[in-house]
Amino acid sequence: MKKLESTWYNMALVLTGIAVVAGAALGYVNSVTAPTIEAIKAQQEKEAEQQVLNGQEGTAIKITDPKGFGGALTVMVGLAPDGKILGYKVLESSETPGLGAKAQDWFQKGQKGDIIGKTAGNLTVSKDGGEVDAITASTITSRAFLRCINEAYKTLSENSDAQSGASPQAGEPNNNI
Amino acid sequence: MNNMKVLLNGIIKENPTFVLLLGMCPTLGTTSSAINGMSMGLATMAVLIFSNLIISLIKNLIPDKVRIPSFIVVIASLVTILQMLIKAYAPEVDKSLGLFIPLIVVNCIILGRAEAFAAKNGVVSSICDGIGMGIGFTLALTLLGAVRELLGTGKVFNTTLFPEEYGALVFVLAPGAFIALGYLIAIFNKIKKA
Repeated sequence: MKKLESTWYNMALVLTGIAVVAGAALGYVNSVTAPTIEAIKAQQEKEAEQQVLNGQEGTAIKITDPKGFGGALTVMVGLAPDGKILGYKVLESSETPGLGAKAQDWFQKGQKGDIIGKTAGNLTVSKDGGEVDAITASTITSRAFLRCINEAYKTLSENSDAQSGASPQAGEPNNNI
Repeated sequence: MNNMKVLLNGIIKENPTFVLLLGMCPTLGTTSSAINGMSMGLATMAVLIFSNLIISLIKNLIPDKVRIPSFIVVIASLVTILQMLIKAYAPEVDKSLGLFIPLIVVNCIILGRAEAFAAKNGVVSSICDGIGMGIGFTLALTLLGAVRELLGTGKVFNTTLFPEEYGALVFVLAPGAFIALGYLIAIFNKIKKA
């Protein structure tokens, strides 16, 4: 078959044709995979919830901070009623592989930036005068991470206030699970 | 040109990273460790094979003046489909690779091979070109990742070779990518000439 000439008619026709086919293919694959992806996400969140509570009494809260190094950072935080950190899990992040992406391990028990058992609310990295060691060369990620933890504490205390009738339920955009 | 030659061409003679210097953005950005480099390479190879296949099939339907937008739509759709499939059916792969997949769209190796090879050659040799270039890219990224990981943290593929304290962190960061890549290109050229 001979190559199509570059006439206006041909160009418009071919571009439209390719876009329609591509759109249809994307739509089809999306409709097939979307329910599975949703199910996997829900499943992962459920597992994360149990994991961060570590079998102890408390609340698991999902917080997203928009200002990680590479984009939004979503963390599931498990807090005891008094604000002590029971555990955490990074759900979604766009941090640099090898640097900021270490957040999942860095702040765990026994690691360099251990925050488990500390009280959330005012945690900051040592560079900002706090007591938490930031991930080497990833201060921005560490700050975003700690903002998530502190925000989780805020959500927790606002909600427990609301339950005791002290203040109205805060309209948090982030889900309290 | 026979197909075996096309395949080998991408690995050594026209290695996309060390010789053509294509796709520098993902090369520098994702090679902070050997496993990251390899993952990026393999994901790129998958897209490259399919984009070469499709473009060599439809090359006669595309008028010359709109070939670039047509190629980009094909490539971007392929990458998005790949991403959705991985998310749904291989969530484990998505965890380690997920970040890199959208980056493949802007990888100029794919557009470059579509333009320079698939648009002018038959289906079978286009697939061979995709495989060859993909292997060349994967090897280069794995090597660069391994060098950076070793010099930066003392590990390769997470196996410790010397204690992390003796590593130079700069090699894990962006400047180290430029330094390591520069030396690797120099070595590669020296070997190729010899």
